[in-house]
Amino acid sequence: MPIQSYLFLSFSLFAIGVMGVLMRRNAIVIFMCIELMLNAVNLLLVAFSKVHGDPGAQVFVFFIMVVAAAEVAVGLAIIVMMFRKVNSVDINILNRLKN
Amino acid sequence: MKPLIATAVFAILMMFAALTVKEKKSFTHFAAILMLGLVGLNVWELADYNRLLASAQASPDLFGKMLRVDNYALWFNVLMSSCSFFYILLVGRSIEKVGVHVGEYYALHFFILCGVFLLSTYNNLLILFLGIEILSIPQYILSGSDKRNLKSSEASLKYFLMGAFSTGILLMGIVLLYGAMGTFDIHGFNFYATGTLNIMGVVGVLFMLVALGFKVSAAPMHFWTPDVYDGSPTPFTAFMATIVKVSVFFAFMRLFMEGFANLDPYWKVTVLGTITVLTLLIGNITAVYQQSVKRMLAYSSIAQAGFMMFVVIGSNAMAMKGMIIYAVAYTLATVGIFGVLLKLKDYTYDGFNGLAKKHPFLALIASICLMSLAGIPLTAGFFAKWFVIAAALEQPGTFWLVIFALVMAAVSLYYYFKVIMAMYFKTGEPELITPVTTMDKVVMAIIGSAVIVFGIAPDMLLAWI
Repeated sequence: MPIQSYLFLSFSLFAIGVMGVLMRRNAIVIFMCIELMLNAVNLLLVAFSKVHGDPGAQVFVFFIMVVAAAEVAVGLAIIVMMFRKVNSVDINILNRLKN
Repeated sequence: MKPLIATAVFAILMMFAALTVKEKKSFTHFAAILMLGLVGLNVWELADYNRLLASAQASPDLFGKMLRVDNYALWFNVLMSSCSFFYILLVGRSIEKVGVHVGEYYALHFFILCGVFLLSTYNNLLILFLGIEILSIPQYILSGSDKRNLKSSEASLKYFLMGAFSTGILLMGIVLLYGAMGTFDIHGFNFYATGTLNIMGVVGVLFMLVALGFKVSAAPMHFWTPDVYDGSPTPFTAFMATIVKVSVFFAFMRLFMEGFANLDPYWKVTVLGTITVLTLLIGNITAVYQQSVKRMLAYSSIAQAGFMMFVVIGSNAMAMKGMIIYAVAYTLATVGIFGVLLKLKDYTYDGFNGLAKKHPFLALIASICLMSLAGIPLTAGFFAKWFVIAAALEQPGTFWLVIFALVMAAVSLYYYFKVIMAMYFKTGEPELITPVTTMDKVVMAIIGSAVIVFGIAPDMLLAWI
């Protein structure tokens, strides 16, 4: 398979993730979209690793997975904390912080 | 890399201490002692490195070229850990009041410092990514640590969602750069390897620029800053706005100076210049309209980030000096003013009314710090601004940028002096929530005198580089 296919797939996934973050209002869905962005990056890293013949990029993927897991742990805790307060995971409540 | 390992060990020690110790006060003492130890380790590392380098036993590359140490980075670590030490001494009493998990708060501070040390010595984009994440994730927790307060939770959620989003963008930038260059080593980038500009590499640079701009709150990626800084518990705002921010700037500068040295200056001057103009404009103009001093300081940190962008634009020997001086001047002054702010009950300008009559010492320290932030001569802030502007002027085509920055510095005088006016020329009954102890006075005196001493002899900060 040429690298272009992988590039196209990764960019599509990344774009879907970015659009999701910008357009959805549900904190959990936004969070899932961020994970989608990270996984698009992982896919691209593995593809480039093959192109350059360098296993270093595949090691990078493991680091991204670990950091993403750490972020999930913290992020879900924050979302739960918020949910307990306002009984909603809608991020429109964030507008209260302004002014 | 003794300090790097020590930060992680100290953080775990603090977490174990949190299991056994019940007395809140002892956490602050314990953290202060550990932080002092960290300063000592950093000084030792710096001296040791020089001695080994003289006998040609030391290599600047560590861990298979993942890290690269030099005098400059080690000296920056010494300064940042010293600033953290004074920070803990000054705001420790307030940290105890944030919530019940005091030990964990300090542990998170040590984890943040671990990220700071990684960011100052990274030689590989992997370490840049890890450093930024180790620095950010504890901050998400710290900003939401005041669980009773809805604003704090909201700040935490907002910071977390935006921060994770920018991490995704940073990673995309790193991957595109890797795809174009075939290496993660920041010294291995050649944007003209095939004779023409490598477009994929430049797109990667732009992605990384957006993500790092986000972390240092440069406009137009600054929108999270006021809400998060305002919503977070005040002692942690002081840490996020100072040590964390200047460390990311340090990494930012190293990336552009060493990693992207061979990129056309056009990118530095035009793209970074636009970001700088926007940051200065938005930060300063919006700060004028704020009612709360805490929120004003959040916008002022955006405005100061605009000045620190000059070191990234400059990316030369002068910028390295400017980075150190600006980091110390800005950190000391902001920690000092937050230290005064934490004593007050009312965070609006009116809360400062008549402070000079009732607590002349607090008012004096606050004035020195605010004048340093504004860049008045004889304070450290003046030379900080002077050095970064001199660094930027060495790049061609930055003259108008500098003129604009000077106009904006004049605007900043307005909102900084509004606080000084309130303290000295208005009458009121400022209420303190915590009494000013001798310890506070000593630390404030050290910070105030350091701001003035570095304003007279900034070369003292450059002795080691």
